[in-house]
Amino acid sequence: MVGLGTWITFNVGNDPVLRDECADVMAAFFEAGGRMIDSSPMYGSSQPVVGYGLQKLGRPPALFSAEKVWTFSATAGSAQIEQSRRFWGVPKFDLVQVHNLLAWKPHLQMLFPMKSAGAVRYVGITTSEGRRHDLLEQIMRNEPVDFVQFSYNVVDREAEARLLPLAAERGIAVIVNRPFRQGELTQRLKNKPLPEWAAELGVSSWAQLMLKFILSHPAVTVAIPATTRVDHVRENLSAAAGTMPDPATRQRIAAHVQAL
Amino acid sequence: MSEWWTYRAEDFLLFSPRVYWRMFELHNATLWPLHVVTLATGLLIILLIAWRPETWARWIALILAILWIFVGWSFLWSRYATINWAAAYIAPGFFVEGALLLASSLLDGLAFDRRRPAGWIGYLILGFAIAGQPLLAPLQGRGWAASEVFGIAPDPMAIATLGVVLLARGRLLPWLLPIPVLWCLMSGMTLATMGEPQAWAPYGAVALTAMAWIWTIIRQRGSLPAA
Repeated sequence: MVGLGTWITFNVGNDPVLRDECADVMAAFFEAGGRMIDSSPMYGSSQPVVGYGLQKLGRPPALFSAEKVWTFSATAGSAQIEQSRRFWGVPKFDLVQVHNLLAWKPHLQMLFPMKSAGAVRYVGITTSEGRRHDLLEQIMRNEPVDFVQFSYNVVDREAEARLLPLAAERGIAVIVNRPFRQGELTQRLKNKPLPEWAAELGVSSWAQLMLKFILSHPAVTVAIPATTRVDHVRENLSAAAGTMPDPATRQRIAAHVQAL
Repeated sequence: MSEWWTYRAEDFLLFSPRVYWRMFELHNATLWPLHVVTLATGLLIILLIAWRPETWARWIALILAILWIFVGWSFLWSRYATINWAAAYIAPGFFVEGALLLASSLLDGLAFDRRRPAGWIGYLILGFAIAGQPLLAPLQGRGWAASEVFGIAPDPMAIATLGVVLLARGRLLPWLLPIPVLWCLMSGMTLATMGEPQAWAPYGAVALTAMAWIWTIIRQRGSLPAA
């Protein structure tokens, strides 16, 4: 499954033109079968911009809302989640994650009772760019989290060693952030030709090939690339369909990109 | 923040260059034609410092105080904070600078001394902030609509204040310097992280100010009679 990240791309402030562009991206996302939109209080105006798009689109029922709690304060988390909910304009969030492991103990202690009370469907925890995997692993082993989010892509593969197998073992859903290293990989590869064997997977771009690499890992649930372009969101979502690479082809993709 | 050494400047950049520069377009469109007034005020400050430095010092400080508070409120607090939550914490710094300038005005704490060599660097920096900075947007292909104008945008405000401080004397000067310097360093870092060449403008203003300041101190110590 391919979701929609909002880091940087949806932080457009009160700019009416750019807000409408974000709403167009969301419209294309839902039309192509997308469901999960992920945001955070850390992402500037991304939350109200998501809320603007949802309102404009008539609150698509397919939406799976993934938010985060991001505050040092152990006591301010619930108020922040309520503020985020108002920005989105949703009755409740499907998923609330502790952002970048910040004050994770008190926030998890707050979120688990919220889940029991039905105020949130799932609880998760995130990190990015390979940071604090040891602590994340410890939390995955000891806490009943439903989702975990971390960075994983064709060149950053540390998660394959422990986190992904542990998630599969414990039945924890995995959200993959920074699938293109915040655009660095697509930028680096944009003038390189796709390998001929990529056609067997039905891909027409590096972005699709790299997403297929991620999505074909058996422990990965969803990748959340961020984009400002309607054509890119369609391209990204189409990566979840069609032939997926087998383990040998995954190794081939990784080796090929590493060699470029 | 854990493992802080693993973070890069890019990790703290919350917005894209396109959003950043469009923010100036929207800000300019909202405030136009106030730019004519603020630019005229900037030119007036240069002329007053050049021709009537003794008479108008407290009024120059008052004008700068009003503009710092205005830019802090209209740009940082009301606009920039929508894409950068840190701006809401920086805006009070602009209000503090305004209050310090207001105190300088009320206490007659500034006097302009255009004979010092540092003063010529002050004119250069002040002249750039008022006449040069607005040209950077069109020169870099962003068009006049995205220009950063003195009294409207924070960079020319801070850079112009550095120029004024170099042209002035007075016991309050050390208090007036830190906030414009810190803003220039933060703005330069933001621009450099976005890969914008005009990061040299705030960085250059700080470097020139530091050089002129140090030069002045060395000259003052050199001219002191031996104990």
